[in-house]
Amino acid sequence: MTTGPGDFTERAGDQAYHVRPYRPPVNLLWWLRRRTYLFFVLRELSCLAVAWAVLFLMLLVRAVSEGGDVYAHFVTWARMPWIVVLNVVAFAFLMLHAITWFNLTPAATVVRLRGQRVPPAVIAGSAYAGWVVVSALVAWIVLRQ
Amino acid sequence: MTDTIALQVTRYRPDRETEPTVEEFAVPLHNDWAVLDGLNHIKDNMDGTLSYRWSCRMGICGSCGMMVNGEPKLTCASFLTDYGRGPVRVEPLAGFPVIRDLVVDISDFLRKLPKVKPWIVREDEEPVGAGEYLQTPAQMDAYRQFSMCINCMLCYSACPVYALDPDFVGPAAIALAQRYNLDSRDQGAEVRLDLLIHPEGIWGCTFVGECTRACPKGVDPAGAIQRYKLTAALHSVKSLLLPRGAR
Amino acid sequence: MTAAFDVLIVGGGAAGLRAAIAVAETDPALRVAVVSKVYPMRSHTVSAEGGAAGVIASGDTLDEHAHDTVSGSDWLADQDAVEVFVQEAPRELIRLEHWGCPWSREPDGHVAVRAFGGMKKMRTWFAADKTGFHMLHSLFQTSLKYDSVTRFDESFVTRLLVDDGRVQGVVAVELASGRVEAIIARTVVLANGGCGRVFPFTTNANINTGDGMALAWRAGAPLKDMEFVQYHPTGLPFTGILITEAARAEGGWLLNKDGYRYLQDYDLGTPSPTPVLRSMELGPRDRLSQAFVHEVEKGRVVDTPYGPVVNLDLRHLGAKLIDSKLPFVRELCLKYQNIDPVTELVPVRPVVHYMMGGIHTDIDGATPITGLYAAGEVACVSINGANRLGSNSLPECLVFGARAGRAAAERARNAPEPGAAASAQVRDEEARLRQLLDRTDGTEEIAGLRVRMQETMEDAAGIYRTGAELAKGADTLRELQDRARSLALEDHSRTFNTQLITALELTNMLDVAEAIIASALQRTESRGAHQRTDFAARDDKQFLAHSLVHRDDDGQHQVELVPVRLTRWPPAERVYGR
Repeated sequence: MTTGPGDFTERAGDQAYHVRPYRPPVNLLWWLRRRTYLFFVLRELSCLAVAWAVLFLMLLVRAVSEGGDVYAHFVTWARMPWIVVLNVVAFAFLMLHAITWFNLTPAATVVRLRGQRVPPAVIAGSAYAGWVVVSALVAWIVLRQ
Repeated sequence: MTDTIALQVTRYRPDRETEPTVEEFAVPLHNDWAVLDGLNHIKDNMDGTLSYRWSCRMGICGSCGMMVNGEPKLTCASFLTDYGRGPVRVEPLAGFPVIRDLVVDISDFLRKLPKVKPWIVREDEEPVGAGEYLQTPAQMDAYRQFSMCINCMLCYSACPVYALDPDFVGPAAIALAQRYNLDSRDQGAEVRLDLLIHPEGIWGCTFVGECTRACPKGVDPAGAIQRYKLTAALHSVKSLLLPRGAR
Repeated sequence: MTAAFDVLIVGGGAAGLRAAIAVAETDPALRVAVVSKVYPMRSHTVSAEGGAAGVIASGDTLDEHAHDTVSGSDWLADQDAVEVFVQEAPRELIRLEHWGCPWSREPDGHVAVRAFGGMKKMRTWFAADKTGFHMLHSLFQTSLKYDSVTRFDESFVTRLLVDDGRVQGVVAVELASGRVEAIIARTVVLANGGCGRVFPFTTNANINTGDGMALAWRAGAPLKDMEFVQYHPTGLPFTGILITEAARAEGGWLLNKDGYRYLQDYDLGTPSPTPVLRSMELGPRDRLSQAFVHEVEKGRVVDTPYGPVVNLDLRHLGAKLIDSKLPFVRELCLKYQNIDPVTELVPVRPVVHYMMGGIHTDIDGATPITGLYAAGEVACVSINGANRLGSNSLPECLVFGARAGRAAAERARNAPEPGAAASAQVRDEEARLRQLLDRTDGTEEIAGLRVRMQETMEDAAGIYRTGAELAKGADTLRELQDRARSLALEDHSRTFNTQLITALELTNMLDVAEAIIASALQRTESRGAHQRTDFAARDDKQFLAHSLVHRDDDGQHQVELVPVRLTRWPPAERVYGR
């Protein structure tokens, strides 16, 4: 019986106790191992898209309020191919972000009406409904002119 | 001549190796054999030195959790025929230190469990002579799902947070805390909240959701934790706005 | 030697955990150890499904529960023990409710009760159809409250230390490291369960290998009523997985191959669409299993690759009832039999389920060895006599677990320190285990001997027995015991060596199997679950007594009879269905 380089090997009488638990190394690319892990990491990364969208929106608001040259400069900048691509990608991530979080809301919100639990689909559905209503309202305000 | 299927089984014998190896065994492919029956066949007829845990063989004791083709499963509840022609990879449950072959060290969970006070906490205990605490079917429904946990550890195995941060209290322990929080007979929600609002408690969870997918009993630990986060957040807001009223 | 613990409990199931809590509540200064070969939540209590009986309904009385239990036992139960049991059962079940057990409820919030086999009134408390699971987890989680309880998880007790008629502690192997250690204690409570794995077809888990019965018997404590093995009428073929009696209590029918409710032919009443208590499918388990054997003889059963079966019909109950009262049954049938009980018949057959016999104790769980107690299925008080009623064994674990715990606590307060003779026994045991572990010249395969033992037990100690088969079985077991001295071990590792444990469990099972056969041989009558075709009648003149089997100096089984204790129910005919 060979005794290897263990950290728990003890001796008692003529018996050796090899309690050397093996700890598998954690792979840095653990999130590639499974589709659901990859999806989770993309969902988490989508917060960067949210941050970018907020930043872009603030720059747009500033450009609109200053008007004139500042606005024209902003539009030229926003037209640049890499900004357009960035915005398209960010939009995709924003959709991912919104849809996954709306779908996950029922997990955190349990509502009981008359003793019965409101079905998760209804809770998620109300979030989507709210989104549609707000979007419709904004669209109406913007397109009124 | 019965068909056979190959079981590729992880071996780890610390008295003579420093790393696990894989051994392949051909076991008979019967229609009603679970993966566990395959392991028992190996131990009884081919290699008596294979070590693994099992007991009830009906999916209620939680002993036989292992990775089967990369997924955490109860080997008594997974059937050989689910894996086509094979081979079927059987490995020790991911995320835990491996003691021997397919046996992992789950003592971390046993240390963490008492810390969330998973028992009825009451300020005023009624004597037994007063009869049972009343609890309507609707009140029982509020926590029933979270009481179904068999402590099989598949959720810990599936959770990437636990793999990266072994200090994370983990899905089953938090779900059990919730089981008591939501039990109308319990009065310990405040105490448990204080114990679990920290980065290794509920806030360690990033809602990957794999624990719920892996759970063989439909406990939905992810749901338990997210609900707990909402409760904790509302509680913090309340104590901010009404510091004395919230108590 | 100094005692590390005041009360050492072997086994972490319902009885063991209840005993631990009882000691901790009696006196928090007492040091309690719970030593279990598996983590407590894996204990076989977890598989119990149907329910736990306790008198709380307004129309029910303790006397009726007692009478049902005594008649169910075919008058072999000790009636003073039964009276204590029925009185304490409701209190224990309420106490467990206070500890969080999620008993199913009536709409008004009170605990619900249901019908069960052999009971005249509805008194079986239930937690859906996972009663044992919920009871065990409630007990385990509650036990975590007590600092005075130390657990030794995955430690296999191989020997009781007894000196001068007094228990001194145990020797145990810690599975993870292989370390053999002596745990010295002033008192020991054995609560490590039954021995179903002695038979080939059983509801029991892999861990039920009669370890406690063997430990006690080898230490000099007698085993009682070992011939009474309960066959549960409804197990799934092939796996032996239990389909709870609750399925019949909720209205399920047993049909033979012609779709006929055959129990009406066996003096169990007449069929009615809804269940009638103590009648037909709600008769006692021994009579139902015996009826199956007769149906086999008449050729009225369904032949399958896994032997003959009858059918359990739940279709008329409807999906809603099945999903609310029997969800686990539906899950098990779908998973392990590919059958949906809502629309299909479920094949079932009798399966070894429970051991009425066990370590002989008094009503406080005390064995004849000073300081040694036993509770739960490993013990025989006896409240179950020749046949146990369903839903009596879970409250039995609670009532006698608590009583044994309190009795052990009381004794531990006054017990002297263990003597030095225990050290010699510890050294002997270490040497024996090392010799077993290191040997390379073994010739007998563990699995081969185990299968042979199980086949022998099925032939010799089945539902119906004969003197000739029993004698043949005894001879085979003797031979297997000899062969077991040369068990071959390929695994010489210390780290989590499950082959060593399997070998030790086999030796335990062989001792228990011999005790069963020896007791069955000397009981030349038929009573309850022990049916002799060569002695077909119940014989109260000779056998209104328990069989006590002792180990003599040659290691052989010697049986003596001890009278049953009667109080208020003189022996009568067992009547069901009329």
